[in-house]
Amino acid sequence: MADVPGAQPTTFLLGRLNWDAIPKDPIIWVTFAAVVLGGIVVLGALTKYRLWGYLWKEWFTSVDHKKIGIMYIALALVMFVRGFADALMMRLQQVWAFNGSEGYLNSHHYDQVFTAHGVIMIFFVAMPFITGLMNYLVPLQIGARDVSFPFLNNFSFWMTVGGAVITMASLFIGEFAQTGWLAFPPLSGLQSSPYVGVDYYIWGLQVAGVGTTLSGINLLVTILKMRAPGMTMMRLPIFTWTSLCANVLIVASFPVLTMTLILLTLDRYLGTAFFTNEAGGNSMMYVNLIWIWGHPEVYILILPLFGVFSEVTSTFSGKRLFGYSSMVYATVCITILSYVVWLHHFFTMGSGASVNAFFGITTMIISIPTGAKLFNWLFTMYKGRIRYELPMMWTLAFMLTFTVGGMTGVLLAVPPADFVLHNSLFLVAHFHNVIIGGVLFGLFAAINFWWPKAFGFRLNVFWGKVSFWFWVVGFWMAFMPLYVLGLMGVTRRLRVFEDPSYQIWFGVAAFGAVLIAVGIAAMFVQFGVSIWKRNDPAMRDETGDPWDGRTLEWATSSPPPDYNFAFTPVSHGLDTWWDMKREGAARPVGKYHAIHMPKNTGTGVVLSAIATVFGMAMIWYIWWLAVLSFAGLVVVAIWHTFNYNRDFYIPVTEIEAKEAARTKQLQAAAGV
Amino acid sequence: MKSFIKSSSLSLMAAVPLLAGCKAEVLAPAGDVAARQRDLLVQSTLLMLVIIVPVMALTVFFAWKYRSRNKAAEYQPDWDHSTKLELVIWAAPLFIIICLGALTWVGTHLLDPYRPLDRVSVNTPVTGEHQTLRVEVVALDWKWLFIYPDQGIATVNRLVVPEDTPVEFSLTSSTVMNAFYIPAMAGMIYAMPGMETKLHGVLNEQGDYKGIASHYSGAGFSGMHFVTRVTDQAGFDAFVAGTKAAGGSLDRETYLALAAPSQNEAPRGYAQVDPILFARVVNLCVEEGQICVAEMMAIDAAGGAGLAGTMNLMPKYARADGRERVMPVLGGNVNMIQGFCGPDEEARMLSQRVVIAPREITAPGPMQGAGLTPPVGLFGKSNNQFSQIATQPAAGEDF
Amino acid sequence: MSVFSPANPAALYAENNPEAVAKYWDQSEHHPEEGASTPLGFWVYLMSDCLMFAVLFAVYGVLGTSYAAGPGPKALFDLNLVAINTAMLLFSSITFGFAMLAMYAGQKGKTLGWLFVTLLFGLAFLGIELYEFYHLIQEGAGPGRSAFLSSFFVLVGTHGLHVTFGSIWLITLMVQLAQKGITVANIRRMNCLSMFWHFLDVIWIGVFTFVYLLGMI
Repeated sequence: MADVPGAQPTTFLLGRLNWDAIPKDPIIWVTFAAVVLGGIVVLGALTKYRLWGYLWKEWFTSVDHKKIGIMYIALALVMFVRGFADALMMRLQQVWAFNGSEGYLNSHHYDQVFTAHGVIMIFFVAMPFITGLMNYLVPLQIGARDVSFPFLNNFSFWMTVGGAVITMASLFIGEFAQTGWLAFPPLSGLQSSPYVGVDYYIWGLQVAGVGTTLSGINLLVTILKMRAPGMTMMRLPIFTWTSLCANVLIVASFPVLTMTLILLTLDRYLGTAFFTNEAGGNSMMYVNLIWIWGHPEVYILILPLFGVFSEVTSTFSGKRLFGYSSMVYATVCITILSYVVWLHHFFTMGSGASVNAFFGITTMIISIPTGAKLFNWLFTMYKGRIRYELPMMWTLAFMLTFTVGGMTGVLLAVPPADFVLHNSLFLVAHFHNVIIGGVLFGLFAAINFWWPKAFGFRLNVFWGKVSFWFWVVGFWMAFMPLYVLGLMGVTRRLRVFEDPSYQIWFGVAAFGAVLIAVGIAAMFVQFGVSIWKRNDPAMRDETGDPWDGRTLEWATSSPPPDYNFAFTPVSHGLDTWWDMKREGAARPVGKYHAIHMPKNTGTGVVLSAIATVFGMAMIWYIWWLAVLSFAGLVVVAIWHTFNYNRDFYIPVTEIEAKEAARTKQLQAAAGV
Repeated sequence: MKSFIKSSSLSLMAAVPLLAGCKAEVLAPAGDVAARQRDLLVQSTLLMLVIIVPVMALTVFFAWKYRSRNKAAEYQPDWDHSTKLELVIWAAPLFIIICLGALTWVGTHLLDPYRPLDRVSVNTPVTGEHQTLRVEVVALDWKWLFIYPDQGIATVNRLVVPEDTPVEFSLTSSTVMNAFYIPAMAGMIYAMPGMETKLHGVLNEQGDYKGIASHYSGAGFSGMHFVTRVTDQAGFDAFVAGTKAAGGSLDRETYLALAAPSQNEAPRGYAQVDPILFARVVNLCVEEGQICVAEMMAIDAAGGAGLAGTMNLMPKYARADGRERVMPVLGGNVNMIQGFCGPDEEARMLSQRVVIAPREITAPGPMQGAGLTPPVGLFGKSNNQFSQIATQPAAGEDF
Repeated sequence: MSVFSPANPAALYAENNPEAVAKYWDQSEHHPEEGASTPLGFWVYLMSDCLMFAVLFAVYGVLGTSYAAGPGPKALFDLNLVAINTAMLLFSSITFGFAMLAMYAGQKGKTLGWLFVTLLFGLAFLGIELYEFYHLIQEGAGPGRSAFLSSFFVLVGTHGLHVTFGSIWLITLMVQLAQKGITVANIRRMNCLSMFWHFLDVIWIGVFTFVYLLGMI
């Protein structure tokens, strides 16, 4: 399809969609067949067990922040499998294509694979993961009953799903971008990439981006407005603080991405000259703009996980977090500094020594608050009683791994060093070192830590450890060779190699990737086994506080009731739940009141479905459908505003029943 | 062979032996610039290890010592603050970053790719006797074109330079962004359409080195590499003579044919080159009738061409290399902008391109700053002379 | 192997200290004020929207003199027309203010009247802008002619799209006001739309100054 001729033939009904859009590659056919078969099995099972109604009523249309959070994480896990499959394909190709062999992927396919890997891992794995986590935890940690805008929350989630659907559709209809994950023009411009790949990229990100921005606004306002009485800013749990900063970054950076992609869209559809070579366009402006979003994005991903590590370290060390306020200031410093470092992503574009040196040094300055954070965790462990449960193991692995990744990052911030390492596999190793060692390890710590809160039972420890060790060892095996290859002057995104001395290193890296695959499989087995044995008394969490926690999410049952807290908690210091336990205020019972809650609605699902159709219509130039679906969006949105009846009261009797059951549960657990 | 490899710093002891065996060109380069970049890399690493190693050791030690089964260890559940400790944990990284920042500032200026070389190796300063070799580089889809303006020859996918000779590359690209990188020689620099970048480097050892494209540029990216051969002066002269003898001429037409996308091109040479071809490529006006960027910028600087500027258009349905041009689906610009200059004026304009003035060579020395002129004042004329902003006027101003 | 040691579950229930419970739990009926977050939320949204315009202004700043040997602002802009256009938008802001005053005075009819006047001014603004665009494209100065024109059309056009959606919202809200009257929910919505409308005014003043006035110097 790379040789689709310049003037693209279209029909009125289907735009440029025709039989040529079906990929001819057997690898894709097999994948497609597997997806269809798997899909039929899942859909069949849902129909057979009559789960559609349940899913629709209890999950898809739910505005409960806890359910939306869980759905976000489920989406991230599904997309993670796709993104990792891409990674394995790349590893296989790079170890194969030596000694004159072309490997098994042609450039059209391979270039899509590495682009899709990056896009999916950042936008549809890491982002939904952290958004899900923040959604689930923030309202609980601040003692709220939901987020500020519950409907918007549901809508945001479904827009993210819409973006993921568009991105996945490119696998089977047409192609994905072959540009690298940031789609730099002129390569992503119309003349070099005329077919649908870049359009899939643009519309997938735009649809998901709406969701991300709105969810950022939502959580930001939630933290500022919905805190429990007494919970001043300097009493916020540290995870909530880091979430606040991450959401500030989302709100203040995603609009830049949205606008940049709009400009690229206009260049491609309307022939404007923003990033073109001709007519005065400036492609370096795109590089600047996209990194003005792109660098804060890195901190959007890592900051909430810094919060997770703080919570985990202090909980499992049985100690207050060392240096809470310096932790907060460090987080705020990082938030602000993340806006003045974007140019370090392209020192090698010839910005001049003074500019390069400025951005290099600002980048290094970020390592000061980051280093302070590391020390804070260290001194939280100091004079503690560290329990090595899975979350703490992941945290320790993070501290050792991330330090190395941070060091190589600072190294790349030294412009003359960057001149020899930019775009090399050293760079690839560096950012996987911080994203896997920081973000993913953090997410695994978080899953193991808060799973009992979400589902009422703990995760299987044996399979958790299997997953842990395969992951950690696999990570080092997969990425240390890439550091070496980078020092050998091997650049990224290469498909075939001439120099046979690289092969051994790619071999080790591929083996590491296989170990990681086992680690991922073990994680899914861990989920399966844990769900299978969920009624095992040893694994059940009856108290709602399985780890001797410190913050308010542990003050309610596991899983929490719809309304989170029957009474509103009042904070008198940091670690409110810890204080409550000490002073004997753990279980309030008394006269309950009806609780005001938002109603579920299917509008979010409908809107995002229409937006997805709109995206697909734009990608394929099906104008009648684009106009129709856009009008549909406007009409449904207006129709939604005519619904003034959006909330209800949970009756007192229901609350009394639930709380009585909870009291019984606690009594049973205590053996009273 | 030259002394610089064993000289410059204690750094080498640490990391090189491990990797030198496996062609770690970044750590054991054959050129002075790359060697100095390597030194900075290793020095920075060592500087950071000063703090990284203790932190990792402490992590492991605390993790072991305060494990819950060790009831002998002290347990202070409410200890969460110590002003002295907090001072230390902020000051320690700050101190390292101050050192590293100083190293970075100096190193970035000294090793700025736009800065002409002041030495060809540790002990050999650049003097008037050194003739700088100029090479004009064009990143094409997907091969490298090298033009030797002073020799009047051009090559594709093959670079030959004499040893111990400063080389000044001027780089641009035909369609998409790319980066030019000879790991053994010097760091990389981007080659971008409509823009010109500079790179200075030198190679001190004879031999063949790999040269690569180090920014993904599309389907043929993997095959877009070349061999850099370093010879003695006689060998270089023989190469020039050989290329000239083999014939072939690179003018606007042959360039456009060459620029059409192709992959894994075998090396070849041209005995003759249009002297303003590179200027045309930078100015995006190789194609007949297309306005040069320089002329466009001169017109723009005067406030545009007025409503006459809506007439200087010609529909353009084919690309220069004969392929069909892709039309934006919703209309928009399908035209080629035409110049107002006649061919002679255009040629004169392009041949007048200002070449960066050679900078006065200061005495060579260690990277720690001896090579830098001190800044005059905070807001006065500063040492900005090292950045290309000051030394290279924007393309449009030159005409 | 596991060193798991949960808090003694008995403590959670049995050792309840009534005083501490009263200190840590607000047992009164406690509902977050309905819509209390909306003004802040809408502000944050406006700021994110403002950032999009900031990008467009920055792009215009970079490309605003790249005429690509084509026409520049002096050859294209008709300052008188733009001045009239600006007046339309400024008047619409004033009339929206009157609508808000009428709403707070509880006068539904008057509110609707002023909103209608606002809508007319808004539509007049859009009409003049469309005429300007049409005229430019007819002259051969469309968005594809040069990077300057691309950034001009997109900056002004994005503002125009905002006014279009503001107008659709205005009509919707007029219907809702007519149906439900001046309710708490409608007051909140009016507040949001009013912020949105004035925000567009502020953006336009930026456009008028940086694009039109500076372009004509």
